[in-house]
Amino acid sequence: MPLDLFTEGDPIADTKAPTDVALPQRWNERKFRGKLVNPANRRKMTVIVVGTGLAGGAAAATLGEAGYNVKSFWYQDSPRRAHSVAAQGGINAAKNYRNDGDSVHRLFYDTVKGGDFRSRESNSYRLAEVSVNIIDQAVAQGVPFAREYGGLLDNRSFGGAQVSRTFYARGQTGQQLLYGAYQALERQIAAGTVEQNARTEMLDLIVVDGRARGIVARDLVTGEITSHFADAVVLATGGYSNVFYLSTNAMGSNTTAIWRAHKRGAYFANPCYTQIHPTCIPVKGDYQSKLTLMSESLRNDGRVWVPKERGDTRDPRDIPEAERDYYLERIYPAFGNLVPRDIASRQAKNVCDEGRGVGPGGLGVYLDFADAMKRLGRPAIEAKYGNLFDMYAQITGENPYETPMRVYPAVHYTMGGLWVDYDLQSSIPGMFVIGEANFSDQGANRLGASALMQGLADGYFVLPSTISDYLAAGPFEKVDANHPAAVEALQNVQEQVQKLLSINGTRTPSSFHRELGQLMWDLCGMERTDEGLRKAIDRIREIRQEFWTDVKVSGDWHSFNQTLEMAGRVADFIELGELMCVDALHRAESCGGHFRAESQTPEGEALRDDENFAYVAAWEWTPEGQPPVLHKEALEYEYVHLAQRSYK
Amino acid sequence: MTITDQGQHSAPAGTQDKRGMNLTLRVWRQQGPSVKGKMVTYKVTDISPDMSFLEMLDVLNEQLIMQGDDPVAFDHDCREGICGMCGLMINGQAHGPQQTTTCQLHMRSFKDGDSIDVEPWRASAFPVIKDLAVDRRAFDRIIQAGGYISVPTGTAPEAHATPVPKKDADNAFDAATCIGCGACVAACPNASSMLFTAAKVTHLGLLPQGQPERDDRVVNMVAQQDREGFGGCTNIGECSAACPKGISMETISRLNHDLLGALRAGARPKS
Repeated sequence: MPLDLFTEGDPIADTKAPTDVALPQRWNERKFRGKLVNPANRRKMTVIVVGTGLAGGAAAATLGEAGYNVKSFWYQDSPRRAHSVAAQGGINAAKNYRNDGDSVHRLFYDTVKGGDFRSRESNSYRLAEVSVNIIDQAVAQGVPFAREYGGLLDNRSFGGAQVSRTFYARGQTGQQLLYGAYQALERQIAAGTVEQNARTEMLDLIVVDGRARGIVARDLVTGEITSHFADAVVLATGGYSNVFYLSTNAMGSNTTAIWRAHKRGAYFANPCYTQIHPTCIPVKGDYQSKLTLMSESLRNDGRVWVPKERGDTRDPRDIPEAERDYYLERIYPAFGNLVPRDIASRQAKNVCDEGRGVGPGGLGVYLDFADAMKRLGRPAIEAKYGNLFDMYAQITGENPYETPMRVYPAVHYTMGGLWVDYDLQSSIPGMFVIGEANFSDQGANRLGASALMQGLADGYFVLPSTISDYLAAGPFEKVDANHPAAVEALQNVQEQVQKLLSINGTRTPSSFHRELGQLMWDLCGMERTDEGLRKAIDRIREIRQEFWTDVKVSGDWHSFNQTLEMAGRVADFIELGELMCVDALHRAESCGGHFRAESQTPEGEALRDDENFAYVAAWEWTPEGQPPVLHKEALEYEYVHLAQRSYK
Repeated sequence: MTITDQGQHSAPAGTQDKRGMNLTLRVWRQQGPSVKGKMVTYKVTDISPDMSFLEMLDVLNEQLIMQGDDPVAFDHDCREGICGMCGLMINGQAHGPQQTTTCQLHMRSFKDGDSIDVEPWRASAFPVIKDLAVDRRAFDRIIQAGGYISVPTGTAPEAHATPVPKKDADNAFDAATCIGCGACVAACPNASSMLFTAAKVTHLGLLPQGQPERDDRVVNMVAQQDREGFGGCTNIGECSAACPKGISMETISRLNHDLLGALRAGARPKS
C-alpha cells in the first residue's frame, strides 16, 4: 500500500474491559471496579448530551434521574423527531420466551458472527446481557409491544436468526421505543434536571487541557453561535449514511458532530463499514431526496425472486413458477430468505448485474407475498405488515397485495463511528459516544433488530454506569466562554459560517451532496475495488476544492437559514467520504458490509483475511496536507471460534 | 467489474417521460415571527407525478437559491411519514388532499396546470418561525405535564410480570401512533389540541402500567393545553379526518370520561 494515503501510528487497545475475568462476568466486574459518584455530588456535575434518539434520549433521561445536571441538544423542534423513530422491524432481546434455545450467549454469538468477526467480544456480550433489561424498562414505560391473546409479549424471528427473539410494535417499533425514551426525557425536563436546547446544532467540541469540556452550538432559529460547558460531553448523534446522499436516513441526519469531534482528536473507527439494507423501495428519478426501507421482517413471509431469463418483462404474475429463480432459497437452503443483510444485498446486486433485475432500469427484485397470502390469508398479512404495505402503495402507486413488491438495496446504517473503549469513552477523555455514532458492538455488519438494542443498551444502562468512573474525578475546574480554547472554537465556527456565506459561487450545497453521494455509491458502495477507490479519492479531493470555491449559500447567518445548515453538513460529508475510501482501500479483505472484489471465495462470497485484518482501524485526523494516521486495535477471540461465515 | 453499473442515483430509463407537470404555487412567505407575511406566486415546471410534495418544493428552492433569492423555509426530516416534522396547509387542507403526511403526499394527486396554495399551520399556539416553519414546542410541554409513566431506569419489573389483554395493547398502540405533527390543531376551527392530548391519555390509560398516574395525567395535560392557548374542543372531527395516523375521535371520548372521573375523585391540576 503506497504510504501517501495514510501513515501507521502506534497500536491502541481498550483498557477498560476486565479481561482477567470470564466473559460473562466482565460487565458486573467493570461496574464494581468503576468509581461511583455519590448522589449529593451528582448535583455539582453537568453533562452535555447531543442528540435525542434512542441512545441520547435514554441517556439524558437516565442521567437526569440519577441527579446530574444534563444539557440536551437536538436539531429538530422536538426530541421525538430523532430518526430512531423510523426503525420498523423490532428489537432483539435474549429473553428466551419462546423456549427455542435462545440465551445471552447465543445472542452474543450471533452478534459476533453476524458482524463477521470484526467486533469486540466483551462489548457484544454486554449488549446481549443488558438486552433483557431493555424490554422490561420499555414495557414499564408503556411501550405497546405486540402481544399474544394470553396477554404476553409476542416474538418473531428476524433476519439472520434461527430463534424468535425479536420484540416488535407492528412495523413501528422504533417509534414506540423512542416515545418511551422521549417521555422519560420530557419528564426530566419538567423536573428541571435536563435543560433543553431545541433546534440547536453542535458545530465544534471544546477541549481544555486534553479533556472534553463543552461544545459550540448554533441556534438554528436565531443563528446565534454560543458555547456550552460541562464536566463531560456525550455524543449520540447517529450514523452517517447520508454521505451517500440517498439513504434511508432522515434528511437532516449528519456527521457534523462526530466529524468535528474527530477533527479535535477523537479517533474515527472503521468508517468504511456501511450497511446496505436489501429491501428498500427502488429509486424512481433524479429528483429523489431519500430512500424508504421496507422492513426486513417482510422477508419472514415474503419470497425474493427474479425471472430466470434475462430481460423478462412480463407481468410478474404471468411468470410461471418454473421460470422464477428464488435465488436466496436456492443458494442458502438453511437460511433461505432470512440470510443477513449484507448477503441478501449483494445477491440482489448480482442478479441485477446479470441483467435479471426487474422494474425501471432493471434495478430491483421481487418480494412476493402470494404464497403467504394463500397460506395465512390476507387478514393475517394485513395485521402483520399493514402499515408497510400502505407505505409501499403510497410511494409507488402500486398495490402490493395484488402484485409483488419491487425492492433494491440502499444504504441504511453505519457500523463505523467514533472509536470508544469498553466504557464508551472516546480517545478524548471526557467525551463519550453512544448508539450508532460509535463503532463498538456491531462489527462489520449489523444484524436486524440490533440497532434499537444497542442504542437503548448504551443510553439506559451502559453509559450511565461507566460515566461515573470518569466523573468521580470531578467536578473539574470551571471553564467559561473566555477560556482561550472556547474562544478559539467559537471563532473557528464563526469563520466557517462566514466563509460559506461569502463564496457566492454557482452550485447549491445540494448539488455537491448529490455528486458526492453518487460517487460514494458507485465506488464505495456494495462492491469496492482498489482502482475504484483510488479514483474516488482523487475525485473527492476535487469536489472538496470545488465546494470551497463554488458553493452558493443564500441568506445570512443570524437567522433561520436551512441552506447554511445543509452547506456545513455537506462540507463534513466530503471530508468523511475521503476517509471512508481510504479505510476501504487499506482494508484489502472482504468482511460484512465491506466487499472488496479482489477478496472473494470461488462462489463469490466475502473472503475475510483474519491474518492481516483482524483489527479495528482507528483513524487519527491530521492537519490539511498530511495523510491520516492509522492506529490498529487487535481483535482477539477467546469465546467464539473464528470461522468463515456460512448461511448455507 | 461492474461497480459503475450499480446506478442507484441515475434516473431509470422509462421514468423521464413521466415528468412534465407545470404548476403555479402560491406560497406563504414570512421573514420572522413578528414580521407581516404574504402569499407569493411561483411557477415550477417539469414536475414528475412520482415526486413527493416536498421534493417538488426542493425543486423550487434550488431555483430560488440559484436566482439569489431566499429559499422557502419548511420543516421536514424523515420523509417517510413517521417523524412528524413536516406539515403544510395545502389548498386549505392539513397535509393536503390525502390523509397522509405532507412528505408522503405525491404529485400524482395533482394535475398539470394546477394552482396550489401552500401555507403554514395556523394556530396562535404554533407561532410562525419563518415562512412555512412553525414552533410546536407547546406539544412537548403538554407531554411534560403528564404524558409519561414515572419509571426511572432500572426500576422496571420483569416484562411478563403483568400480562396485558391483547385488545387493550392493540388499542393503546393505535393511540400511541400519533406522530405529534400538529395537523389536528391546524385542521380544527378552534385550533384545539384535544386529539393530540387524548391520544396520549388513551395510550397510557389503557395499559396497567399507566393506572397509578391516570387521574393526575389527564387533569394536568388538559390544564397545560389550555395554558398554551389551544382552543376548546367542540367535537367537530376535522382533527381525526386530517390525522395522517387516523387517531380516532374515540380517544377524545375517553379523555372526557377520564377527566370527569378524575375531577370527581378530587384530582386537580398542579398550578
